[in-house]
Parts: sequence; structure tokens; C-alpha cells
Amino acid sequence: MLRGLLALAASLLAPATAGAAEASVAVAANFAEPARIIAERFRARTGHTATLSFGSSGQFYAQIANGAPFQVFLSADAERPQRAEAAGLTVPGTRFTYATGRLVLYSRDGGRVDGRGEVLRKGGFEKLAIADPKTAPYGVAAVETLRKLGLYDRLAPKIVQGASITQAWQFTQTGAAEVGFVALSQAVAGTGGSRWLVPASLHTPIDQQAVLLRTGRSNPAAVAFLQFLKSPEAKAVIRRYGYQVR
Amino acid sequence: MAEVIWTTARLAGLTTVLLLVLATPIAWWLARGQGVAREIVGAVVGLPILLPPTVLGFYLLLALGPDSLLMAPLQALGVRTLAFTFTGLVIGSLVYSLPFAVQPLRNAFLAVGRHNLDAAATLGAHPLTVFGRIALPLAAPGYFVAAILTFAHTVGEFGVVLMIGGGIPGKTEVLSIEIYRLVEALEWRDAHVLAGLLVAFGFAVMLALLMLERRVARTATEDL
Repeated sequence: MLRGLLALAASLLAPATAGAAEASVAVAANFAEPARIIAERFRARTGHTATLSFGSSGQFYAQIANGAPFQVFLSADAERPQRAEAAGLTVPGTRFTYATGRLVLYSRDGGRVDGRGEVLRKGGFEKLAIADPKTAPYGVAAVETLRKLGLYDRLAPKIVQGASITQAWQFTQTGAAEVGFVALSQAVAGTGGSRWLVPASLHTPIDQQAVLLRTGRSNPAAVAFLQFLKSPEAKAVIRRYGYQVR
Repeated sequence: MAEVIWTTARLAGLTTVLLLVLATPIAWWLARGQGVAREIVGAVVGLPILLPPTVLGFYLLLALGPDSLLMAPLQALGVRTLAFTFTGLVIGSLVYSLPFAVQPLRNAFLAVGRHNLDAAATLGAHPLTVFGRIALPLAAPGYFVAAILTFAHTVGEFGVVLMIGGGIPGKTEVLSIEIYRLVEALEWRDAHVLAGLLVAFGFAVMLALLMLERRVARTATEDL
């Protein structure tokens, strides 16, 4: 207890002692949980601190483009890190896919969603929640899946869009929408309900990319954090949360 | 883009009209006395000013959803949820903008002054006549202010719609959300256009309010 307090006091008083550095990391909200755990382990392993900010990738991009003090960007997609790279906001050669998301058709009602997604054909629901395809890769994947199944036109009137995949999850969890396309990473956390893991062949891969921002070029914590993200230890955490890792 | 503006205007317009009607008895009652009950109701009415819209939106999502007791009578009629509907947005906006209608009206009724109303009542006027013939005309500037504030505040509504809207074109897609989406989708040019429109609108509203205030102050001095 006392030792804990002393350590806390020490860390508060001297955040940058003895080679330990701190990096500000902008993290896509859908990756919040694994990122927290990874940051903890990162600290235990390296002594460096990764301070996490959670938000939407698009807003982060806007902020980074306007000089926000982030050193690492963990986006929910590949497009925004690519755009950041093209705009010269990143350290070239540091961009990589840290997680690939899987899409799940989910309902909080047990037995509503069958193991093959036939419920989409059969209907019997009023609202189908998806993430906004204009802004969220999970939304794009949901629309692609519906098109590939030839059901988009029929189901379009039932679609409600969440501003993010988090919101699509909320809509589904509250029952406001009976079924919804959500992230597997969300569905693994939910207990009960029914789900269909959408085959990856039905949509373009939901690659989430990370990149070192120019502001973090000479920040050892930022460089080390991205390194740690590729470690087997971090990958195990990422997998546990329902993402695929290459 | 035009559809989004139209939906926003329709939402704000309908909310304003309904709220002026709904807020009138509340504001009148609040202005016509003192006591613990009035303080409590006043505080409840004022809550939306300081609650984050996402809190309101979250509660509204639950209140308008399939598990809600409030929805039970409607569910008997076959309405499963009011989330993701224009009606739901109107209900949300009524809650969200309530203080912006009640406060100016309450102040206006207070400014009418007890003695005016009591005098009329002593002369045998029916309470409704007192209200309609004396309080209402004298409180007219308050109604203008309430209308402008309610309309503008509803146009600026974001968190509530974000939580219960569901982004359905023509029904629940409003300006503030559209700007958010455009920024998010990196379509900054369109975002600039809409954001610029809102700035111009906001400026016009503030200007109108200030001019109205000055005019009310002038009439008041002329009355002396």
C-alpha cells in the first residue's frame, strides 16, 4: 500500500525520469479495451508510458492535420493513416496493420440470429443497425455484405446508422434495433444474445492501421510502443478481443 | 444537402411551435408564486441546460426504446420504438430545448407585474381573460425571445440526435450531424459550406436578439 502510494507519488512528480519517456497515442474508440491492456503491459515491460486518447478516427485525423500533439495514431481503418502519410504527417515506412476486424450480425435476443445469417432473408425485425458507411469501415463492410447477399435494396428501409460502430452496438444492445452489424470485438464482450460471424469473403478486410506521426519521430516511447504493438504479447491481447492479426 | 437543411428546419420549427404552447402554462405557473414545489419544478425544467446532451440522448434512447415503460401503451398500438423516427427527434428536442422556452416566458410573465394582473382580477376579470388580454400581450417580447432561442438551440442540437437519430435521410438526418459526418469522412469542403451557413445563421440570431432587447428596453422607457 505504502509502496504503491510512493510509486504513484514518484510517477506523478517525475514522469520523465531515467530514460522513461511518454507518448501520446490517439486510439480509435473501438480499440479502447485492448489498447488499455497493451499500454499497461507496455509500461511494465519498458518503463515507458503510453497516454491513450480515445475518439473517432476521422476526428483524430482532423486534429492531427491541425497540429494535435499525438505521436502515435491507431486508426480504425487504413484510409486515414494512408491519408496522413500522403499529407506528410507521418514518419515514412512506419504504417502497418495492427488488427483486422471481423463483422458480426448480432441480436441481444437469444435465437433471433441463426448461425448462417438466414434471419436477413427471413426478416421479422423492424430495424437493422449498421455503422455509418460514409465514415466507418465496419459500415462499409456491412453494406458490402448486404449487397453480396443481394439483400441491400430489400433491407435498406430498415437500416439505421450509428455515427460509429460503437453506436451501432448501442442501438443493438438497447434493443432499439433488433439486429445489427457490429464488430466481433464488441460481440465477444456481450453475454447472451445470438450472432452470426459474417464470412470474411463477403466484404473487404477491415484493416486497422497504426502509424508513427512526425511529432513522435524522436520520442523513444512512441517508437517503442509501435514496436510493442507487433510483439507476440500484444498480438495475443488483440486476438483475445476478436481481431485477427497477421 | 437541401434535404438535411429542410429536415433541420422542420424539426426546429415544429419544436418551437409545440414548445411555446407547452411552456406557457409551466412558465405562467412558475411566475405566479413561490414555494418549494415551484423551485423544484423550475430546477427540473432547467436541467437540460447543464446536462450533457449525450446524457439526455442516452436516457431518451432508453425511454423511447422497446424496454421502456413509457412505451408500453404505444407498443400495444404496434409502435415498437420511437428511436430513429422524426417523432422521436421532436420529443427529444422538446426536452432538450424546454428551458430555452420556459425561462424567457417566465421572465416575461414576471415582468408583467402582479399589480397589473391583480388590478384586472379585482375589477372582476376572469383569470383566462386576465391572461389573454393583459399578460399575453405584455409578454409578447418574451415569446419572440423564447421562439428565437428555441429554434436556434434546436438547430444546434447534436448529442441528442446523435444518440437517438440513426441517420435516416429525410427523417433524422440533421445539419449538426451532417457536419460531423462530413468532417469524419474527410469531406472538409462540404463541411465548410454547412458550418459557414450555421455561423451566419447564429450571427443573425444573436443580432436579432440584441435588437429585440434594445427595442424592448426602449418601449419600456417610453412607457414611463
